[in-house]
Amino acid sequence: MKKLSIRNIDQGAIMKLNKIFKNAFLITIACLVLSACATQKKTGQMQGDVYTGKDTVEYLASGVPDRVFFATNESVLTTASRETLRKQAAWLRKNSKVTVVLEGHADERGTREYNLALGERRANAAKDYLMTYGISSDRISVLSYGKERPVDSGSNPLAWSKNRRSVTVKAN
Amino acid sequence: MIRTFFIFVFLILSFNAKALIEVDITRGNLNPLPIAVSPLSIDEESRKNFEKILKKKNIGSEISIIVEKNLKTSGLFNPLNKDAFLQAPDIANLKPRFEDWNLIKAQALITGKVNLINEKLRVEFRLWDVLAGKEMMALAFTTVPNNWRRVGHIITDKVYERLTGEKGYFDTRIIYVAEEGPKTQRIKKLAIMDQDGANNKFLTLGNELVLTPRFNPTSQMVTYLSYFRNLPRVYLLDIETGMQEVVGDFPGMTFAPRFSPDGKKIIMSFAKDGNSDIYTMDLENRIVEKITNHPSIDTSPSYSPDGKYISFNSDRSGYQQIYTMDSNGKNVKRISFGKGLYGTPVWSPRGDLIAFTKLHKGKFYIGVMRTDGSGERLLTENFYQEAPSWSPNGRVLIFYRETKTDDKGEGFSAKLWSIDLTGYNERLVVTPTDASDPSWSSLLSN
Repeated sequence: MKKLSIRNIDQGAIMKLNKIFKNAFLITIACLVLSACATQKKTGQMQGDVYTGKDTVEYLASGVPDRVFFATNESVLTTASRETLRKQAAWLRKNSKVTVVLEGHADERGTREYNLALGERRANAAKDYLMTYGISSDRISVLSYGKERPVDSGSNPLAWSKNRRSVTVKAN
Repeated sequence: MIRTFFIFVFLILSFNAKALIEVDITRGNLNPLPIAVSPLSIDEESRKNFEKILKKKNIGSEISIIVEKNLKTSGLFNPLNKDAFLQAPDIANLKPRFEDWNLIKAQALITGKVNLINEKLRVEFRLWDVLAGKEMMALAFTTVPNNWRRVGHIITDKVYERLTGEKGYFDTRIIYVAEEGPKTQRIKKLAIMDQDGANNKFLTLGNELVLTPRFNPTSQMVTYLSYFRNLPRVYLLDIETGMQEVVGDFPGMTFAPRFSPDGKKIIMSFAKDGNSDIYTMDLENRIVEKITNHPSIDTSPSYSPDGKYISFNSDRSGYQQIYTMDSNGKNVKRISFGKGLYGTPVWSPRGDLIAFTKLHKGKFYIGVMRTDGSGERLLTENFYQEAPSWSPNGRVLIFYRETKTDDKGEGFSAKLWSIDLTGYNERLVVTPTDASDPSWSSLLSN
């Protein structure tokens, strides 16, 4: 829906401008359209403010993403996060010798100490979910980094969304 | 090291005149007091000996430069250019020609003398009221020569106290976290320096992440968070001996440590199973007490200076807010009700205010409120800043500020800043590397 309306506006602009200025401006407009698409793609990587893209994601095994993302100040697991964690749980059940550390992180837009607590809470949300899918708590430890280890060093909403995460890391 | 810092103070003349000049520090000072800091006079033999010991050409002028810089940084004084001084330092110290000092618009004058006596540095100084033509204070110190910078700070503290009526904060140190490297892989070390940035020293090597160092108000001990062996725990560090020990070795993360005002307890958060609560540990008998018990995040505890109350940060209302409670955890009260999120409450050493960090509409503020939450006053606004720490006299706050990075992640920096309680006199505190999490010590000499 959103995508359509943006294109319509741009095409309307192209027609108007063509009438007046012709070719020279086509290039500029093409650039505008491209950048509009680029920003659209960017916002397409977030749902609300939860990151849904794949940029920073690594894999524990083929088809098993290593991380889940959170909304600002939240530790609630989204539908997508739960799906990822179910995949992790299935993989952990198959690989019963593997132990993991769940590393909880926050974005840079919060005070250091609160973020340490928030990272711990996020990692535990992931841990609890893995446990409900049959993974023993003995195999999971939790480590909060707060805002100390961002994956994206940008200061923008997309970078922050990538940094609000819990990452499942093999410990052995 | 500090134990050898004995400083003998003599009152040369007990002069009981009422303060003739007064500096009001309760308001932003737009007319700092013009003060002349005459270089401390020194006889040629002492000068040569000090040059040998301290590698400073003229220790008398060096000390006066420290006093001058301190006074200027306070924002309350305007030290005058020495080129305009008409009277020689040695003669000025005996009896200033007040007309000369009046001529260059000095209202106060500091003079003094330095000697080497029995391998010791002896410094005397006098504070004069130029307009009234009277001596306001005269003191002498004897100490080991290596303490010469501290002598400059102590002189400033005495002058500040005499002219403002409140204790100074110059003979103090700042412990902080020195930062280097890219934002995604920051290397952090504990570092300590004098309040004016001199004598910077790194206390850890940067092998593990360290955060939030805080001074014990009664000694040269520091508590901080270390990720040693990837186990985030609260540690204790003795700055004199370099001895470190873990104090918060609970089955989970311990963090956000601070000392009680008597220095005998550490209050901190302990996070387990997704819940952070506040605990205390008695450092003598190691008895641990749980202070809060709530399924929300409870962190950033800070005692009132009388030890009777604790302020802390909690999201039990749904979002980060500031609360106070009795030291046993009873009578929890939310005190922050303004728009936005509130964090890092720190009780003023004077007891009347709580400094905090506030996030509102994408901006971060350092502010203060009364201990019941009334009278909120925001001192400074920026892209990111947090973690205020009070000067021991409760007049200045030091905090850290981070800059925004561009889309390539370039342009990041973290620096220490200070600001007066009045909201005036905001200053960058220069550090050799990037810096965060500052904590101000008590006065070293008391």
